[in-house]
Amino acid sequence: MKYNIQQGESRDIVISVSDLHISFGRLAVLKGIDLEVYKGENFVVLGRSGSGKSVLIKTIAGLLKPDKGIVNVLGLQVDKLKVHDLQKLRLKMGFIFQSSALYDSMTIRENLEFSLVRNFKHMTAREVLKAVEEVLDAVGLREKINEMPSELSGGQIKRIGIARTLIIRPEIMLYDEPTAGLDPITCTEINQLINEVQSRYNTTSIIITHDLTCAKTTGTRIALLQDGNFIRMGSFTDVFDPGDSRVKSFYDYNFIQ
Amino acid sequence: MKKNSKEFVFSRRVDAFFLDVVSIHKFITRFFKELFRRPFEFKEIIHQCYVVGVKSLLLISLTGFVIGIVFTKQSRPPLVAFGAASWLPSLIGIAFVRAIGPLVTALIAAGKVGSNIGAELGSMKVTEQIDAMDVSAVNPFKYLVVTRVVATTVMLPILMLYCTLVGMMGSYLNVHANELTSLVSYFDHAFSSVSFIDVWSAVIRSFFYGFTIGIVGCYRGFNATNGTQGVGKAANRAVVFSMFLIFAEELVAVQITNWINGI
Ligand SMILES: Nc1ncnc2c1ncn2[C@@H]1O[C@H](COP(=O)(O)OP(=O)(O)OP(=O)(O)O)[C@@H](O)[C@H]1O
Ligand SMILES: [Mg+2]
Repeated sequence: MKYNIQQGESRDIVISVSDLHISFGRLAVLKGIDLEVYKGENFVVLGRSGSGKSVLIKTIAGLLKPDKGIVNVLGLQVDKLKVHDLQKLRLKMGFIFQSSALYDSMTIRENLEFSLVRNFKHMTAREVLKAVEEVLDAVGLREKINEMPSELSGGQIKRIGIARTLIIRPEIMLYDEPTAGLDPITCTEINQLINEVQSRYNTTSIIITHDLTCAKTTGTRIALLQDGNFIRMGSFTDVFDPGDSRVKSFYDYNFIQ
Repeated sequence: MKKNSKEFVFSRRVDAFFLDVVSIHKFITRFFKELFRRPFEFKEIIHQCYVVGVKSLLLISLTGFVIGIVFTKQSRPPLVAFGAASWLPSLIGIAFVRAIGPLVTALIAAGKVGSNIGAELGSMKVTEQIDAMDVSAVNPFKYLVVTRVVATTVMLPILMLYCTLVGMMGSYLNVHANELTSLVSYFDHAFSSVSFIDVWSAVIRSFFYGFTIGIVGCYRGFNATNGTQGVGKAANRAVVFSMFLIFAEELVAVQITNWINGI
């Protein structure tokens, strides 16, 4: 199930970012990020809180505009797209928010249907319901279909967040801290789910996290974000070279916890 | 971000005010652009109309009714002193249709509906639900803002007519208790002094008030920042700013109506 990338093999680039700069006022958050994500891989971005991981992934989804640099998704430059074309592109992208961002005035079913009924007008009510049930089965929460988001636990909310993006069958999944704030067992379950999603729906993913277990179990490639740039990139063992002091502090911190 | 937020042309407040004016203008322009663009969210518009009605109906009924009674009770002695008690229904008709109905409805709706819209959209903004709509390829402006503004704009005139009627019924209670006037002759008197222009002016003004309440509430909510604190602020500012605008509009409207009436 894990995707092993051979060096030198020709690979399709799904997301490419070059020389990306973003700052808020005087605070420079990203300072020249370069990144290429290949078809079918799980690309993990690790970094400490406040290092700009969410900013990076939001820029890829077109929620933030780069101050400088180019963000390409499926060959389209995200910040230059017209509204209509951006919407079309977004139907191929799933974004799982750090906070899950479920619509709290709607039931789980309405949450899942929301984008579907508006973007796939030809679907009948029955087909929509079937799609809802299918993704709920995929995340193992079929029985919650008529509940409100406020009635779910943190881990269940994360799952519904994933289901809500899966329903439009995206080619790309962008996970912002899928395991943050969850207990270790639930974390493992979510990590499994991420891998399942990748093999079942053949998605390309970027996974943002500061959890090493998550990085290790889900990541095909890992990049370490610090001070606005990637300081290391490669497989898990490459990145966590115990000789590098910058990595070591991160490593120690995670395991002492 | 281009501009350093610490550089102000005037004072912080004055600058913020002008920046607000510019971005509200953009917000309104965007509203009209999206209003006529497919797809239309009819179901959500109906739902929002219902919400506006339900949220404000009770308070509007109560306030209208009480103001009707009190206003009549307080106006009687001076009119009686001039021997003009029989003019009471006319006075009430004019007062309610021209001023009390539209204003009371607008202020109550600003307080109940405007703050509700500000808080609801504000919390959706700070919990990233609006961004979530955006990335799931649904236009949040269309789904959240257009529906709410249309709902308040359509509902305010209806609520205004309702408030006016309830107020006049309250007033009738008092009139009937004192003068034993029949309902038919009461309304006959009350409406005989009210002109066609008065009624239409009230309806048109209410349209504007409704639009103001919707736009300001949505604008504040859509631009909320700083977590939970920002939500409260958005709700609060929505009420204050829309009331301010309603008073300003009322003053302009009075001038225009008087000019049309040739007073
Ligand atoms: N809209 C914004 N306006 C101003 N500053 C922002 C904004 N969004 C992010 N920042 C700043 O950018 C920096 C990076 O934020 P970001 O949310 O990307 O961190 P993160 O790496 O995702 O952290 P965490 O692991 O805590 O989620 C922070 O210092 C934050 O204050
Ligand atoms: Mg983050």
